[in-house]
Amino acid sequence: MVLINLLAAPLGTIAWTSLAFLIVAFMLKKMAWKPILKTLKDREEFIEKSLKSAEDAKAEMSQLKADNEKLLAEARVEREKILKEARDMKETIIAEAKKTATSEGDRLIASAREEISKEKAKAMSDIKKQVAALSVDIAEKILRSELENPSKQESIVEQHLNQSQLS
Amino acid sequence: MLQTIENKKVTRAAKATKKAIFLLVSLLSSVSLFANHLTDEIDSVKEELHEEEKAFNAGEMIMHHIADAHEIHFFSLNVGTPDEKDYSLYLPIILYTEDGLKVFSSSNFYHNAIHSEHGHAYKYENYVLFDEVVYYSEGEHGLEFSEDGKVLNSAPLDFSITKTVVGLFLTSILILLIFLSVAKAYKRNPNKAPSGIQSLMEPLILFIRDDVVRPSIGVKKADAFMPFLLTVFFFIWIANLLGLMSFIGGYNVMGSMSVTLVLAFLVFVITTFHGNKHYWKHILWPDGVPLPIKFILVPIEVVQIFLKPIVLMIRLTANITAGHIIILAFTTLIFIFGQNSAVAGYGVGAGSLVFMVFMFFIELLVAFLQAYVFTLLSAIYFGSAVEEAHH
Repeated sequence: MVLINLLAAPLGTIAWTSLAFLIVAFMLKKMAWKPILKTLKDREEFIEKSLKSAEDAKAEMSQLKADNEKLLAEARVEREKILKEARDMKETIIAEAKKTATSEGDRLIASAREEISKEKAKAMSDIKKQVAALSVDIAEKILRSELENPSKQESIVEQHLNQSQLS
Repeated sequence: MLQTIENKKVTRAAKATKKAIFLLVSLLSSVSLFANHLTDEIDSVKEELHEEEKAFNAGEMIMHHIADAHEIHFFSLNVGTPDEKDYSLYLPIILYTEDGLKVFSSSNFYHNAIHSEHGHAYKYENYVLFDEVVYYSEGEHGLEFSEDGKVLNSAPLDFSITKTVVGLFLTSILILLIFLSVAKAYKRNPNKAPSGIQSLMEPLILFIRDDVVRPSIGVKKADAFMPFLLTVFFFIWIANLLGLMSFIGGYNVMGSMSVTLVLAFLVFVITTFHGNKHYWKHILWPDGVPLPIKFILVPIEVVQIFLKPIVLMIRLTANITAGHIIILAFTTLIFIFGQNSAVAGYGVGAGSLVFMVFMFFIELLVAFLQAYVFTLLSAIYFGSAVEEAHH
């Protein structure tokens, strides 16, 4: 009989259970589960978001690093190019300068030479003129001195006459 | 600045002490729990032995301890002497009778015992309490029995606060206290690591959500059922733990069919109301089944709608009751042997004690396990009700 009592579900207990459980369930739903579950969800989302942004930042960092390296490499190439251009330019300038200098020198030498020869010719002709004048002078002087005494004149005439006789 | 730091230190120290005290109390209570349980049982068994002066009836004693009562009996002093004293909490009797509502203390009953050949009953005014059921008093002895020993008296509607109802209220208060404070902690530090009791409950809440509800119902629809399932889980678990603490009265909340009936009925209602087209079609006209088989299958499926919650109810009650019966059975062993000789009683007592400790730990596990099983199966039923037709 007691066993039957054990399996029985008296109405009073059912009523109290329904009341107590429903009140508890309702209160917990409103005041406990809602904020707890919401906070848990928010926290999970927060963590997920944080992880994702960290991942993004990492990707961005590596992207930046790659960009930097690329820029660096480009800069290096640029530098090489500029240096090479400068070197080339230097060489051209030098070569050009050399060329100009050579031609200018040549030209100067040539004109100098011309000038020299011109001056030389002028000097020569001067010298020739002076020599001619000098020689005339000298000849005149000599002739004068030679012809100052008649004996000498006669010898010369004679000499000349001899010579002409010979020829 | 310094002061706030000082304050923080103080509150932290207070918290630590609180925690330590809580731990100590729970440790002590789990030890004293068991000792008390034992002395409690021994006392009441002694009392029974003396009163009846006849062979010890283990079955009756066990059933008496498991069944609901209108008092919470803690212990008795001077058992068997004229100044015997019971330390009990007498609970209110609330009756809805033919003359309206009647409220009185159950001590009125327990102090007016009348003895008959069917066992002892208690009488107050024109009501009789027999086997913890209140009847209208009839005839000169108050009770009338049929030939096969059934009570013939009619009974008023009994809304008494019985031991089970007290256990139920205690569970409700405990669960509200715990989770309202936990919720407060969540509101206070939304994005911080849990602390205190919150860190004890959070893994359980996450366990229920991630390993029980979501796999059974699906992530999308799980949220709607979470509050109910969490309440059910913690309600059953805390009630079961309360039932293990026999020193506060030995409540057998989840071992009472009325309580599990309500829980199972709610599961049934929720499943039925959330059932979608796919669910009903699966029951009433399953696809891919030959017509003659349908005539067999459909009735089975229809019966299953009701059978599932009934099984839930019986499983929980039976498991919790069985656990209590086993522990009590080991207790009674001592007295069965003790009747023949005191030495045998002590000898068996030592052996029983070992088994009782073992059973007690098993019961701690069962308390959690049954709460888990009830929640899991409810979640699976809800899941089948809201499942979409794609498989």
